[in-house]
Amino acid sequence: MSRRVLLIEDEPNIVEAIRFLLVRDGWQVEAHSDGADAVEVVVAAKPDLVILDVMLPGKSGMDVLRDLRDIDETKGLPVLMLTARGQSRDRDMAEKAGVSRFMTKPFSNAEVLTAVRDLHAQATRS
Amino acid sequence: MPRDTLTGSRIRERRSIAGLRQADLARQVGISASYLNLIEHNRRRIGGKLLVDIAQVLEVEPSMLTEGAEAALIATLRESAADAGVVLAETDRADEFAGRFPGWAEVQAWSHRRIASLERTVETLSDRLTHDPHLAGSLHEVLSTAAAIRSTASILAETGELEPEWRDRFHRNLNVDSLRLAESSKALVRYLDESENSDDPRGVPQEEAETFFAAHDHHFAEIEAGGADLDRIVREAPELTSIAARQVARVELGIYASDAKAMPLQPFMAAVAESGIAPVKLARQFKADLPAVFRRLAFMAEQALGAEVGLVVCDASGSILFRKPVAGFALPRHGESCPLWPLFTALNRPLVPIRRRVSQLGRTAAQFDCFAVAWPEQMPEFEQDPVYRSIMMILPLAEVDQDGSDVQPVGSSCRVCPRHSCGARREPSILSDGM
Repeated sequence: MSRRVLLIEDEPNIVEAIRFLLVRDGWQVEAHSDGADAVEVVVAAKPDLVILDVMLPGKSGMDVLRDLRDIDETKGLPVLMLTARGQSRDRDMAEKAGVSRFMTKPFSNAEVLTAVRDLHAQATRS
Repeated sequence: MPRDTLTGSRIRERRSIAGLRQADLARQVGISASYLNLIEHNRRRIGGKLLVDIAQVLEVEPSMLTEGAEAALIATLRESAADAGVVLAETDRADEFAGRFPGWAEVQAWSHRRIASLERTVETLSDRLTHDPHLAGSLHEVLSTAAAIRSTASILAETGELEPEWRDRFHRNLNVDSLRLAESSKALVRYLDESENSDDPRGVPQEEAETFFAAHDHHFAEIEAGGADLDRIVREAPELTSIAARQVARVELGIYASDAKAMPLQPFMAAVAESGIAPVKLARQFKADLPAVFRRLAFMAEQALGAEVGLVVCDASGSILFRKPVAGFALPRHGESCPLWPLFTALNRPLVPIRRRVSQLGRTAAQFDCFAVAWPEQMPEFEQDPVYRSIMMILPLAEVDQDGSDVQPVGSSCRVCPRHSCGARREPSILSDGM
């Protein structure tokens, strides 16, 4: 059974690039671009990992993350957060909200790939 | 008060630091202890050879005794040492440093103020990134597009055999994203340029406004004459570089003009000449309120008034809104003032005039007559709590109360106050006991 990633990002060309990258690495990738119903989409899709942008239309990625941590089914789900802001305050906020890994844009493909593999491996081990 | 009238106080302070008894110093310079006592209490003037001899015994420059160093400068130096976290800095000798090397002390104080100002700018910019949705959105757009370009370019560069369909698709994306990046970058630069040109508030507006008032010696002959264009005065002031500072200064100038109208210069000065600096009497005579009289007195030309008058205004949170310093009374630049100031006592008893004789601890024996009152900033309204402001007028006292029982000791701020057991203390002092 293939590993599944849900990519929540409203920038279509980032979605396309990451999708290409992960598919080549053997991942099944679904994408969603709106924060408003992102939690419902995650719960329904049951992915192995979520890549979540902070600045989303409808609802911020930070709020989506907090909601995911409040739901039993998604409490332990690995979440890789992408943000255009790398300030320590944002990083702290994300960590408090329960982020698994925090990555600042613009990131390299290798960084994303490594982070996704690591997070999945950790989740599988635990 | 002219600074050299405090020469005696400085001699006493330096003698204490040197650990000399009054009789010892008197003997070494060939005068009686009682005469030295009169000098130390500023009851006899001193100069010439005797001053040089005393300075020699105390191992200081004579100018340090006659001129001393500004309390504000010394307080700034001590704050500077505290902020630097240098445990071994000789903070208890800040006044000596300022006295012996006034130029370098000013440089150090300026650097400290500059750092504080820049930190404030960084904080403001950081807040701006958080609270300015346009800026945050623009940066997000730029960085997201850069992320897309970077990922796409990496795929094109690093993927060995790429299907022509994917390759063409990524080329198209790259082209679209590069155009978008160019546009969004230009838009961001344009936005920042406009912000720069429109003088977005980046510094501390009150500081600029205070600099503006200080540049005019807190007195505007043009406004006193009546009919002055306040907007023009503010617009043409080189000290006011930000919109926020101009707004603050414009409000203050408006109050100044209103006070000047209520208490015209000539009759006001005549009244002062007749009654002296008697705020309540002046308020009654001109049917003005006390805050207006305090301001009017503080904004009179010092030479005309014959006295130096300090002024400080705060809001109900204790934030300092305006400061006109007076020699010997240190006013911290960024809040955190001593809660024992009558200024804050008045806040607890709105509309009740408070008068206290105070001395600032750790400084010379200089004493000040402080008049304070808090008043509601706006007209009272039902079901709405009043918003109070407080004002304190500071008059240096020529005659020092030797007994000291009626003198309330206050500080500048906790960090540079030596009174460790003070019940109002917020944080430990950086000074050692006894200084």
